[in-house]
Amino acid sequence: MALITFEGVGLSYGGDNVAHDVSFAVNAGEFWGIVGENGSGKTTLMKALLGLIPCASGRIVMGEGLKPNEIGYLPQQSVIQKDFPASVEEVVLSGTIGWRGLKPFYGRRERERAAKSMDMLGLSAIKNRSYQELSGGQQQRVLLARALCATQKCIVLDEPTTGLDPVVTAEFYQLLHEINGQGMTVIMVSHDIEEAVRDCSHILHLSCHPLFIGTASDYRNSAVGRKYIKERAV
Amino acid sequence: MSTIASIFQNMPEIMTRAIVVGTLVSVCASLLGVTLVLKRYSMIGDGLSHVGFGALAIATVLSAGSASMAVSLPIVMASAFALMWLTENRRMQGDAAIAVLSTGAIAIGTLLFRFSDNPYQDICNSLFGTASMALLTDADMWITVGVSTAVLVLFVFFYTRIFSVTFDSSFAKATGVRVNAYAMMLAALTAVTVVIGMKMVGAIMVSGLIIFPALSAMRVAKRFKSVVITSAALSLGCFFIGFFLSLLIEVQPGPAIIAVHVLAFVVCCIVSAVKTRVKARKNRSIVVEPPCKA
Repeated sequence: MALITFEGVGLSYGGDNVAHDVSFAVNAGEFWGIVGENGSGKTTLMKALLGLIPCASGRIVMGEGLKPNEIGYLPQQSVIQKDFPASVEEVVLSGTIGWRGLKPFYGRRERERAAKSMDMLGLSAIKNRSYQELSGGQQQRVLLARALCATQKCIVLDEPTTGLDPVVTAEFYQLLHEINGQGMTVIMVSHDIEEAVRDCSHILHLSCHPLFIGTASDYRNSAVGRKYIKERAV
Repeated sequence: MSTIASIFQNMPEIMTRAIVVGTLVSVCASLLGVTLVLKRYSMIGDGLSHVGFGALAIATVLSAGSASMAVSLPIVMASAFALMWLTENRRMQGDAAIAVLSTGAIAIGTLLFRFSDNPYQDICNSLFGTASMALLTDADMWITVGVSTAVLVLFVFFYTRIFSVTFDSSFAKATGVRVNAYAMMLAALTAVTVVIGMKMVGAIMVSGLIIFPALSAMRVAKRFKSVVITSAALSLGCFFIGFFLSLLIEVQPGPAIIAVHVLAFVVCCIVSAVKTRVKARKNRSIVVEPPCKA
């Protein structure tokens, strides 16, 4: 059984239908890019996957023992976060909140997990630094480390490279590939089709309903893919 | 004014009540302030204090007297839930909702105070806390002890969750935290803190007790835990300095405490500016971290 299966999912946002008939399956270890224009329903689809909003029709089935709150989420940065007084370690530790029960404080298990993900993303040296003083790329790595604290199976990213310069963006994708290589399923929402096609293994192109579902290399050769990639290149 | 100072000096039990209430309110307000300021909810505390004024007027009309807190607590708490619900569900712009509620409560409160025996004195007391610290009853003190213990216990117990919800509510929600429940809890805790804080500095200034310590602490501390601790310490310090200074120079305690908070904020701003300068001079070259160590 697939890790996550969308079965005829339809979504509405504020009373409007934003997506319909979305059916596809994500298998463990795949790297999906959900692409589409603004207003194509990709962000709403991601919110439904995270359980932030309900499906208007159809359903999302989790397999392989994946629980809905076991998905690591990397949301877009809010204004509140940019100047938030918190250390890197405090932010990363907060990723454990979904599975550590009602204990008031962090225990050894949580600290070890946080140390492991900070180590993996090269954050150990700056774990006592304040989040507000970091560069955009570093902040994004901190949020990725927090997402890794929340899950061992699947992470979902919402436009993770918005506002990052090309070098930092490339480094960030390198990290995602390494994490994906260790068996983590990655689902990324992006408006940058070129980037997604280059870095993802699978593509869902959404325009209220799926225009394309399949591997990235098939997408490149498909009519939809050729059209959109060419448009971007011009 | 010399009368207030002499009341405190001649009646030790009034002094004790003022210090107990002041200490507890200062700590509660400063802890909640950190989350409220960071979540951009500062104005909620302000709006609620005006509702508190209206509620006090109702208590006076009902001639609840020493039980005024028992009347105003449920009213302010209900308004807090309503404000939070309006803000979270975007039924109305948050700031507009607060303005409507504040001015409405002030208007109705002022009208209702007409029915009290001593309207001008009562209005002055409720708004500016002119003599209220000297008028604290035993019932006020015990309600404050109970309520603030609840605030402190809840804040400490849910500390890590409050952090998570404050920093990133969509992440918290996706990992299964009931974000709305925490927003409501925060609203309830703020409401009770406003009600007990009004007894200290009056309705107009009570949001200062909530906002100043957090703002000052954020100038000098850069980690959440240290911001929380600094905020509580500053709040206690300002209360004691302001309170005893007011006795010494014979002015009202409420405004004196808030004035000391203003001073503390200015000092924290200067400290922060100096720190940034020194740091900038030290780190002319920026050290770049290695991107990955897999």
